[in-house]
Amino acid sequence: MDAGMMSEALNYVFPNDAHAHWTLMIVIYPYITGVVAGAFIVSALAHVFKVEALMPIAKFALIFALSWLLFVTAPLLTHLGHPERALNMLFTPNFSGPSMMSGFGYIYMAYSILLIFEILIIYRYELVLLKEKATGIKKSIYSVLTLWTNDKSIEGRKFDHKVAFVLAAIGIPLASMLHGYVGFIFGAVKSVHWWFTPLMPIIFLLSASVSGIAGIILFYIVIKKITGKMHEIDTHTIKTLIKLLWAFFILDFLFEMIEIAVHAYGGTTGWQHISHALSGPLHWSFWTMQVQILSILPFFVLAYLSLVKVSRWVLMVVAPIVSLMLLAQVLFMRWNVVIGGQIMAKSERGFATYHPMMFEKEGIAMTVIMLVAPIVTLWLLSKIFPLWESECDKEPLH
Amino acid sequence: MKSNITQEMIDKDRRGFIDKVVKGTVGGSLMLMIPMSSNLFAEVLSEDKNLKNSINPMDLKANYCFMVDVTSCIGCGNCCVADRKENNVPEGQYRTWVERYVIDMMNQVYVDAPDGGEKGYANTPIHETIEEVKEAFFVPKLCNMCDEPSCTQVCPVAATFTTPDGFVVVDSEHCVACGYCVQACPYGVRFINEQTKVADKCTWCYHRVRKGKLPACVNACPTGARKFGDINDKQSEVAKIYNSASRLRVLKKDLGNEPQLYYINLHEEVV
Repeated sequence: MDAGMMSEALNYVFPNDAHAHWTLMIVIYPYITGVVAGAFIVSALAHVFKVEALMPIAKFALIFALSWLLFVTAPLLTHLGHPERALNMLFTPNFSGPSMMSGFGYIYMAYSILLIFEILIIYRYELVLLKEKATGIKKSIYSVLTLWTNDKSIEGRKFDHKVAFVLAAIGIPLASMLHGYVGFIFGAVKSVHWWFTPLMPIIFLLSASVSGIAGIILFYIVIKKITGKMHEIDTHTIKTLIKLLWAFFILDFLFEMIEIAVHAYGGTTGWQHISHALSGPLHWSFWTMQVQILSILPFFVLAYLSLVKVSRWVLMVVAPIVSLMLLAQVLFMRWNVVIGGQIMAKSERGFATYHPMMFEKEGIAMTVIMLVAPIVTLWLLSKIFPLWESECDKEPLH
Repeated sequence: MKSNITQEMIDKDRRGFIDKVVKGTVGGSLMLMIPMSSNLFAEVLSEDKNLKNSINPMDLKANYCFMVDVTSCIGCGNCCVADRKENNVPEGQYRTWVERYVIDMMNQVYVDAPDGGEKGYANTPIHETIEEVKEAFFVPKLCNMCDEPSCTQVCPVAATFTTPDGFVVVDSEHCVACGYCVQACPYGVRFINEQTKVADKCTWCYHRVRKGKLPACVNACPTGARKFGDINDKQSEVAKIYNSASRLRVLKKDLGNEPQLYYINLHEEVV
């Protein structure tokens, strides 16, 4: 049968289904959430699992997570037809479904509270010291953030450490749930073959870790470069982060490919539709970008950086580049999942379309603003919270 | 006394008779000029709310079901026109639509639904590459009113729910329009209404059914391809079909949504 004729004949989508309804906003929502969850995991590795090499960026990872956390709901609220009713999700949740989306609201809230408390506890001693030196409005801010305490005692700081340890320990499953849940939101939709796989929450969780770790490597080096403090970067820290990134990325990419392989091997009608999409409208964004350029290439670069003894200069140049590539890989993966699933129309006879405009409400400009806003917020937060490990963190507690 | 009552009945009957003759004449004349289903006109002209169905609006034990006889549908689009008018559906969005299937001698399946089939297919030529038609038929689509609906399951605020008498509806004053139900519905019958900015879908005209009327599309169908009724009522048309040897099929059965929309003589090509 002539393939060209077949595709033409088969191109029918249900009339309400002609265009993707979930836009770029829903592409960057799991992206931002993923960065939050991934960054927290890096911090937890330092605080809970005592990975000494990660201590220099343990505090930065928390502030980095917070700066993105503040924008998790921004794309969602932009997308909602009735954003003024958003709190209905918390006040009148759908328990009988139960709705995964309303569940996300609670987990997001719980995680937000935990992260803020974790930051306040970890920074408490340092903020008390900063408060003593600060004047004016900054002093008032520090007073609020330290909850008006001036306790600098060893006992108080030991207690802080215990609380921080417990919060971080609770935070690991909570951060994992936060993003596993996002994966579930897609993975449990049985009407979309491309989404309906138990691997989806796992892939989302692993890709979240990848984007979080990659984000920390990139911004660690870039911020140090901009502030002219490259010499302060610990090579061992970067090397450890790179190995961590490689490990998570291997698992992430493995599961992404396993998903495709199982679909293909099964060869159901669902796969026929998926394969048409992967060789058609998703070919560039999936095979070329997500898989070839942004996965296979970084895999070898990371292997090289992890296994071969490279000079500090090479590490400082290549590590941020490969991190940026993996940040892009995860963004493409989100696009291919969210938009791809909608392009594969429910009529199973053709493809829906999605062409974001530059200046529409949920368009490209808005997306860029939402991805830049956390970086600006990080800069603002750095005015209050010192990003890096300071002398007071190294003071012995006995 | 008795003669008075008899006289009254005769008078009433006479008035009713004259009423029917006048309406029939006017209606019949109009029908010759305007291509619209006779049922729709009958209702427009009649003040009788319980036209031809035996729906008891207060019977919550009723098990309503919708049936579509594919072999009877002529693709006129009257149902779609009636639905848009009844439910104020914005242009370009569809609570119901009629698909046209054409299968050629190579067993190639061509499906289309320009304007949701609302303008009928009389002036819409079939695909130019079709040389010889083996089979052609129309398939009306609407809410499947699932017993296990995906849309109510995913709704984060419980704005869409199943009524005690089995209708899946949307509370437009509570919906946040996240669009999750639009994604979850396997049949593509949901959309975010451009005007109200909330999720919208076919309700089988719940507002009419609760008043004992038929859904607008059923009422407008000139061939009886769309059927609606209580499957528990043994005398209803749907119950008779349901309990007969008719070939009934639901869409995407494997998904486990248990639709209450049944198709009679549906071809396996239909998704």
